[in-house]
Amino acid sequence: MSTVKLTYREAVRAAMRHALATDERVFLMGEDVGGYGGAFAVSLGLLDEFGPERVRNAPLSESGFVGAGIGAALGGMRPIVEVMTINFSLLALDQVVNNAATMRYMSGGQLSVPIIVRMATGGGRQMAAQHEHSLEVWYAHIPGIKALAPATVADARGMLIAALEEPDPVFIFEHALLYPMADEIDEEPQAVDIAHAAVRREGSDVTLVTYGGSLGKCLAAAATLEEEHGLAAEVVDLRTLRPLDTETILASLAKTHRMVIVDEGWKTGGLAGEISAQVMEQGFDLLDWPVQRVCGVEVPMPYAKHLEEAALPSAERVVAAVTEMAF
Amino acid sequence: MSPPAGKPAASKRPPRQPALEREHSLHLLREMLRIRRFEERAAEQYSLTRIRGFLHLYIGEEAVGVGVMQALTPDDAIVATYREHGQALARGLPAASLMSEMFGKATGCSRGRGGSMHFFDISRRFYGGNAIVGGGLPIAVGLALADRLQGRRRVTACFFGDGAVAEGEFHESLNLAALWQLPVLFLCENNEYAMGTSIRDELAQPDIHLRAESYGMPAEEVDGMDVVAVETAARRAAEAVRAEPGPRFLELHTYRFRAHSMADPDLYRGKDEVEHWKEERDPIALFEARLRKAKLLTDDDLASMEADIAVELDQAIAAAEAAPIEPLEDLTKDVYTLVAG
Amino acid sequence: MADFVMPSLGADMSAGTLAAWLKQPGEAVQRGEIIAIVHTDKADVEVEVFTSGVIDRMLVEPGTEVPVGTPLAVIREEGAAPAPTPAAPAPAARAAAAAPAPPAPAAAAAAAAEHHLLISPSARQLGHELGIEVEGLQGTGPGGRIQRRDVEAAAAARDAAPQKVAPAPAPVPAPAAAAAPTPPPVAAAPPAAAAPTAAPAAPLSPAAERNAAMRRAIAASMSRSKREIPHFYLGQTIDMSRSLAWLGQENLRRPVTERVLHGVLMVKAVALALREVPELNAVWSGDELVRRDDVNVGVAISLRGGGLVAPAIHHTDELTVEELMHAFRDLVSRARAGSLRSSEMSEPTITVTSIGERGVESIFGVIFPPQVAIVGFGTLVERPWISEGQILPCPVVSASLSADHRVTDGHRASQFLAAVDRLLQEPEEL
Repeated sequence: MSTVKLTYREAVRAAMRHALATDERVFLMGEDVGGYGGAFAVSLGLLDEFGPERVRNAPLSESGFVGAGIGAALGGMRPIVEVMTINFSLLALDQVVNNAATMRYMSGGQLSVPIIVRMATGGGRQMAAQHEHSLEVWYAHIPGIKALAPATVADARGMLIAALEEPDPVFIFEHALLYPMADEIDEEPQAVDIAHAAVRREGSDVTLVTYGGSLGKCLAAAATLEEEHGLAAEVVDLRTLRPLDTETILASLAKTHRMVIVDEGWKTGGLAGEISAQVMEQGFDLLDWPVQRVCGVEVPMPYAKHLEEAALPSAERVVAAVTEMAF
Repeated sequence: MSPPAGKPAASKRPPRQPALEREHSLHLLREMLRIRRFEERAAEQYSLTRIRGFLHLYIGEEAVGVGVMQALTPDDAIVATYREHGQALARGLPAASLMSEMFGKATGCSRGRGGSMHFFDISRRFYGGNAIVGGGLPIAVGLALADRLQGRRRVTACFFGDGAVAEGEFHESLNLAALWQLPVLFLCENNEYAMGTSIRDELAQPDIHLRAESYGMPAEEVDGMDVVAVETAARRAAEAVRAEPGPRFLELHTYRFRAHSMADPDLYRGKDEVEHWKEERDPIALFEARLRKAKLLTDDDLASMEADIAVELDQAIAAAEAAPIEPLEDLTKDVYTLVAG
Repeated sequence: MADFVMPSLGADMSAGTLAAWLKQPGEAVQRGEIIAIVHTDKADVEVEVFTSGVIDRMLVEPGTEVPVGTPLAVIREEGAAPAPTPAAPAPAARAAAAAPAPPAPAAAAAAAAEHHLLISPSARQLGHELGIEVEGLQGTGPGGRIQRRDVEAAAAARDAAPQKVAPAPAPVPAPAAAAAPTPPPVAAAPPAAAAPTAAPAAPLSPAAERNAAMRRAIAASMSRSKREIPHFYLGQTIDMSRSLAWLGQENLRRPVTERVLHGVLMVKAVALALREVPELNAVWSGDELVRRDDVNVGVAISLRGGGLVAPAIHHTDELTVEELMHAFRDLVSRARAGSLRSSEMSEPTITVTSIGERGVESIFGVIFPPQVAIVGFGTLVERPWISEGQILPCPVVSASLSADHRVTDGHRASQFLAAVDRLLQEPEEL
């Protein structure tokens, strides 16, 4: 199989192009997705290729156009709605929670809302408190939707293609720092599994569970743990935040008996807490140590670089969390 | 209380209405009466605690729902609010199905999952039943967007109240619809109160049709207590929506005779005001008088209408009472669409 | 006013730690009532008060180590006016009240540690899988928590080394022996360190700490005994056929759980023999012999996880064989639960040590200071016996007496052993 080198953003673009080309129900809608090419240059070139009807620039009306996406999905389309960042998605939460997630259930099963909403997420670019949220857990909280966090170039393309087959709303969180990341992937755009986590690195001493922008940090931490501490860390990339692939998480824990969860979101009420609870419930007897969490510090994201770095999970913090567990 | 808003300014009075035709007129009256009696029964059932949660009655506003529905085809879509019993009945959702829904039974139009505020019927393109004020407008915009993208000429009728006009989604939705020329028929049922707040305390610009015009879409004021006026305006607007295609806006002046909901003590409206509307502006009484005057309605007509309606509603309630509830093990069914295989 | 002081709970005890108060200031107390728990190197011991009255004030807070003899509380007579209280020991009392005092009088820390073992779920599971008893393990996790690797290490050690000779806990408690090594005059040492393999330089669990402390205490005591007491030894082989026959008949009348063991007969015989040679029922207090009126036979009991205690059965000579059996069972279970009373620890006048079913023929014990003698009984064995000119198989037991040559001599000592023998020939008189 021949491969092609793509960046993460090109991979997302490839998926959208593939979708627009092969399914006339698909259209893209969001702020500056047209001539501007998207705030993160993801949709560059798509307007020229598919025209303004199918690549629709939306005014700054998150609630309006997310709701319109829902309505369009009800009307038989397959909209890919781009909300520029998860920070602005808060304006659309009513449409998400009260319409997208609930219409099927509330109508007694009559309606399906096959909408995809993509948004950039995460911090680390000194964008300060209102632009660097990691609120994926709020979406993962809602029954009726699926939440995906592609952390690799292959997943960036494959998960979006897979999501287009879903009859229910799918939210895809793209960590902004991943956009320039490059990798060789299959030339042929194909759907990938969106129901399972993936073991990105095998190990037997400790399990590092993470997703999205923190995957790289965990892999770096695993390398340090091996070289400097002789510890073999297994790195599990969640890939899907709702539903959670608890089975893969527990299978890893059965090998290592120790777990650190790394999540850029705040610790309190966060996804790491949910995973901890599930692990405690279903894998109690596997635990040789309480589950550890490395999360965003509970502060609004500061602007100054050193403060921002300290507020985010890092490979160093992960290594420290592991070595604190007396081996 | 200040004098009621109501009659459109002379310069904006709609063109002459068509001549009344007996069969159609009786149909209009029957439809309004049906809604009225249904709502009265619903109120009674609520008092008997067979209906729970919130109940928002359409009594007084029947002419709006009925009149508009004459302008829509089965292929058109409807998005409404939590005060949607009138539109649902006028759309043809069976009374038994609606009553069952309010009783929480599995035979309800939403399988007992939604209740009074969430009537859905996809076969009749009835998209709710939305409880968030203003929340339905973007949905309507989206449905219209789908029609545009698929090259279909049909109308999405979007009902909402004067309260929704204050919500950001009103602004966003009208802007989007006008910008993209989407076939939405925006129908503002201005009953002058957003729950307990008078429109004068709600909107800096209470002339809602003017606001709509500011988005670049044609807008009209209509006497919502005159079913013929409503039908006439609705037909004209719907045709325009279909033809352009593009959005249209109707501000329908109406009044609810009952409180906001069964839970509302209605202390914010003067008794005089309410009585005035009930005595002088009841759309059913007004139309009935008009038909009698035009010799299109007899006592027998009315009596048989009432009798038929009574039977229909008795049966609806009996059916709702007898209907089963959804089995508990189905609690988590239809959170997601199960894909076969 | 009377002082309630830190008691001496053994000749070697110089200081003790008040572990918990069981009463509060202002509460009435009766002579003999347990009012505190004291932690010593050997055990957590319930301590009784020797005066009746009302607790006027408490002087020492739980957790404090004080020398023996230090006043812990002041008891005033009922009806007497309370003394003006300076600093309120009330917090201490509250702390005591708040401290988990289980209804069954159990030494707080010991019982707590045994019932709430600090161990990771995975380690516990592994313990089940590998057949390792996790209670005795030292944990290397935080707070002494037992981790998987501790269980793994224990399993590895077990599998590598031969089985230890830790006496198996008998279902019906018998006087389990201090391990019997070789013929005299080698000291009988407490059982070798039991199963748990020590992880090097790792923090010990509380249970392990206590074990280590106990061993230190025993070591000190035994060394001192051998240093200071001129031991001499006598032995006698005793025909047990009559005792066993009588016992067999007696036990037919009893339910299984109430059966009397032959060891009890031996203890009773010792107690009665002491009446004939009373100088052996005494303590050596520094430079003179102090005879005791009560015969309180101390019975050596080995503990799980290593260690030995020899608490007394009070008035052994006055108890029936059945009562003795009960007292015995009770002592063993309380000894193993760590809930012995101070008087039991401090008042044996002689000790009997006995090898159980699977031991060797004879044991020559080391005297527990300040006692002056220790009687040893070996395992019951069948040996050829001359009876009326015939060689017959006969159940016999080898009895020994280790005695303090400062207080007695061979003649008196042999009279004692002869008396024990004679008494065991007439079991119905015991």
